[in-house]
Amino acid sequence: EFGDKTFEGYNIDVPSSSITLTKADAISLYREMQMVRRLEMAADSSYKHKLIRGFCHLCTGQEAVPVGIEGAITKEDAIITAYRCHGFTYMRGAAPVGILAELMGRKDGVSKGKGGSMHMYAPNFYGGNGIVGAQVPLGAGIAFAQKYNNEKTCTLALYGDGAANQGQVFEAYNMAKLWDLPVIFVCENNKYGMGTAAGRAAANTDYYTRGQYIPGIRVNGMDVLAVRQAVAYAREYATSGNGPLVLEMKTYRYGGHSMSDPGTTYRTREEIQHMRSTSDPITGYKHRLVDSGVASEDELKSIDKEAKKLIDEALATAKATPEPAASELWDDVYVKGSEVPYLRGRVAEETHYYNVD
Amino acid sequence: MTFNFAMQAIDQIINSGAKTHYMSGAFAKCPIVFRGPNGAAAGVAAQHSQDYASWYGQIPGLKVVSPYDAEDAKGLLKAAIRDPNPVVVLENELMYGVSFPSSAEIASKDFVIPFGKAKIAREGTDITIATYSRPVGFALEAAEMLAKEGISAEVINLRSIRPLDLASIIKSVKKTNHLMTVEQGFPQFGVGSEVSAQIMESEAFDYLDAPVCRVTGADVPMPYAQNLERLALPDAEVIYKQVKRVLNVE
Repeated sequence: EFGDKTFEGYNIDVPSSSITLTKADAISLYREMQMVRRLEMAADSSYKHKLIRGFCHLCTGQEAVPVGIEGAITKEDAIITAYRCHGFTYMRGAAPVGILAELMGRKDGVSKGKGGSMHMYAPNFYGGNGIVGAQVPLGAGIAFAQKYNNEKTCTLALYGDGAANQGQVFEAYNMAKLWDLPVIFVCENNKYGMGTAAGRAAANTDYYTRGQYIPGIRVNGMDVLAVRQAVAYAREYATSGNGPLVLEMKTYRYGGHSMSDPGTTYRTREEIQHMRSTSDPITGYKHRLVDSGVASEDELKSIDKEAKKLIDEALATAKATPEPAASELWDDVYVKGSEVPYLRGRVAEETHYYNVD
Repeated sequence: MTFNFAMQAIDQIINSGAKTHYMSGAFAKCPIVFRGPNGAAAGVAAQHSQDYASWYGQIPGLKVVSPYDAEDAKGLLKAAIRDPNPVVVLENELMYGVSFPSSAEIASKDFVIPFGKAKIAREGTDITIATYSRPVGFALEAAEMLAKEGISAEVINLRSIRPLDLASIIKSVKKTNHLMTVEQGFPQFGVGSEVSAQIMESEAFDYLDAPVCRVTGADVPMPYAQNLERLALPDAEVIYKQVKRVLNVE
């Protein structure tokens, strides 16, 4: 059973407040959140050890969103998100070692070391996109293909509270509703954009209402069961020909926007501490499992240990993998076999010729 | 926010900003400055590592400048703000933390650098290296390495992409008889391509003892992996080697 504030609807009835799931599913949600947390902790420490370069955006605190979503959809459904993508990449089926190797720019990374933190992919997971908001119309396009092909599937297009203010988000809303595309627009509202509180950037911070002619539901995004319940409901709605839906996941990131943002200039340390101690998605869920007798404290502890062990091993393996071969510079610019005749390097002598016998 | 994000608004910059004055027969002016980090930062992969100098440099109605050091940054930005046209100021994120000597003149509130005037960053007699933004530093480094071997390179900091100070390059080529361009952008249809073509069309062509040589970013989306990223961007070492190749020195 959920509390009163779990769901708020905009032009739509909210999902049922009671949920049933098997014990195995209940425990799996816990395990996966713990895995995502550990994965991000490994990314955090690797970044601090200078094994990861450039941008790196962690989802620590937001684990209930990728985990809850995956618990409600099928592998045939599609997901696309922005740069805070490690959790989604893992939940879509990429191995932690592939994610960590990608973060370190190694050849065994999910994108062969060419994409890094922001550009990760997995089956029916379209990234990992670096330009704020640009993934939202792409998501509508994926949903268009699903509808065109008469698939009983949907696409979840995720974006943050910052990206929600982009014009292209509203363009995507319009086309999606006009054609009743099976797309679920998911706004991960973690309260802050890059250095700015949501209220300083948005004229309306009720993101679930911003589809105007598209119904919306606000969800407690710190509760994995609520996320799962809302997404299952939205999936049913979207795949039944009703068109798009907007879900606002109220969540919180513990870290900065990226590794270069201390995350404490626009909010207080006390606020972060308060969220950690009162709203943590993993701790809260743990208490729920124990209190309801689904799992014992010891069982969950052994899951924690196992998650730590798996990620530690993946990190060690990833660290040991080599950088991509230099020849990889030229691979994948075009589809193999369809390349242009040559690409120039930094100087004419470095020109690379394809398909040379 | 970097110029990579400005692609989301490139229609407004090019179709609205650059063309309104002309389309309206001077009825409407568009005095606006677009400034931000441009080009490659470190380890940020393909969507965040592009040099837009040739993109914007192609557009009539825009002025485009790209500072290298603190003096450039101050003088060019000030000139951009005072200019009655839309101006694109292409800065480089990795230069924000670099210190340069200043002077009372630079610090004065009326210090402006006129557009279309390149700066001879280092004088030399054997080869002209025309470049802009962060690679000016690489060219100066390479020139230092070359000087130790008795090769005298003249480094031109273009400062301004549009208008391009062709006169300064011609004057330098007449002295050195060799020309190299250096940029971080893609090679095809780049700033180096344009400089080469304009030199071909000028009287400087007759003074060249060797073909113009372009040093550019590699013609691939920027890879994330450090070893590949290194192969995709020019540095002092590449410039140094290319100069020796152009001059046919062992």
